Amino acid sequence: MKLSEWIVPALLCFAGTYGLYRRVDVYAALTKGAEEGLGVLLRILPSLVGLMTAVYMFRASGAMDALAQLLSPLLSAAGIPSETAPLLLVRPISGSGALAVGTEIMERSGVDSYAGRVAAVMLGSSETTFYTVAVYYGAAGITKTRYTIPAALVADLVMFFLSAFAVRVFFTS
Amino acid sequence: MAMAWIWTGMAVVSLLFAAAAGNLGALGGAALDGARSAVELCVSLAGVMCLWTGVMEVLEQSGATAALARAFRPLLRRLLPHASRDPETLSALSGNLSANLLGLGGAATPLGIRAARAMARGCEGVASDELCLLVVLNTASIQLFPTTLAGVRAALGAADPFDILPAVWLVSLASVGAGLLAAKLFSRLWRA
Repeated sequence: MKLSEWIVPALLCFAGTYGLYRRVDVYAALTKGAEEGLGVLLRILPSLVGLMTAVYMFRASGAMDALAQLLSPLLSAAGIPSETAPLLLVRPISGSGALAVGTEIMERSGVDSYAGRVAAVMLGSSETTFYTVAVYYGAAGITKTRYTIPAALVADLVMFFLSAFAVRVFFTS
Repeated sequence: MAMAWIWTGMAVVSLLFAAAAGNLGALGGAALDGARSAVELCVSLAGVMCLWTGVMEVLEQSGATAALARAFRPLLRRLLPHASRDPETLSALSGNLSANLLGLGGAATPLGIRAARAMARGCEGVASDELCLLVVLNTASIQLFPTTLAGVRAALGAADPFDILPAVWLVSLASVGAGLLAAKLFSRLWRA
């Protein structure tokens, strides 16, 4: 866990030293690359505005909670703690939302409890599917996404059902 | 078109739910709030994003990404044979893969986008099979060190914030595998 503290500063130092060793104008390259990053952001922004407007409406209207309630009997049949139901819905749509929901579950059920651990594994082994799709295709100028979303949701579903199973396997208490 | 249906569907369902529950007043505010948060998110991402694209430019000009690309080349050539033929795309792809593994989401995204833009050239807005695969792989995260998550668990007083790692690895691997299989299967059914 100490390793993760080292990654960022070590990478920055490595980039600078290695660049100088290879006789690269490190600072000029850095600013040139940063400019490219700004261009990427400008392309992302419009799709983010569209997506997040819809997500916030969905959450504020109560539709998100209703969907979670609808699913909870099905989940308990599959051994998934019903506390984590909202996570299934938020996880593919909003990264910060999922982190907030997951944190709330861990706090209420106990961070080392079954539901708390399942929530943590769900958070750790997935990405924000719709955000990722919007960002990548928005930047690449793709409008016909074909089977991307169904395939990504298959991965999310496997992740969701396996999380509870994995916690039962690794923590038999 | 998928996003168009999802977006409109979410807006309509939200309106119906809010009207039924009588909290229509909050809905308009939420929509505007979402739009504002999108810009705030972009601005908060901007610094890290520019820093990473800057660092990657330095590494690229020094030839370090070429060295890293070599390590991932066999794997990527099997997964994305067409895109891997272009050396610049291949180095972006391998950088995307290694940043994902290290849990550096901010570094992975700009590199993945660079690869995606190169792969989308000449596609006229239709995602190719390989582009679909790249995005699916990026939606199913492959993380060795989920540091944000461990931070939250530590803050909540977990006995060992990293004790969930084996479970996370197992589930990540399985979901990435499932995404790959699903993409391969759907690509036969879905004609461009």
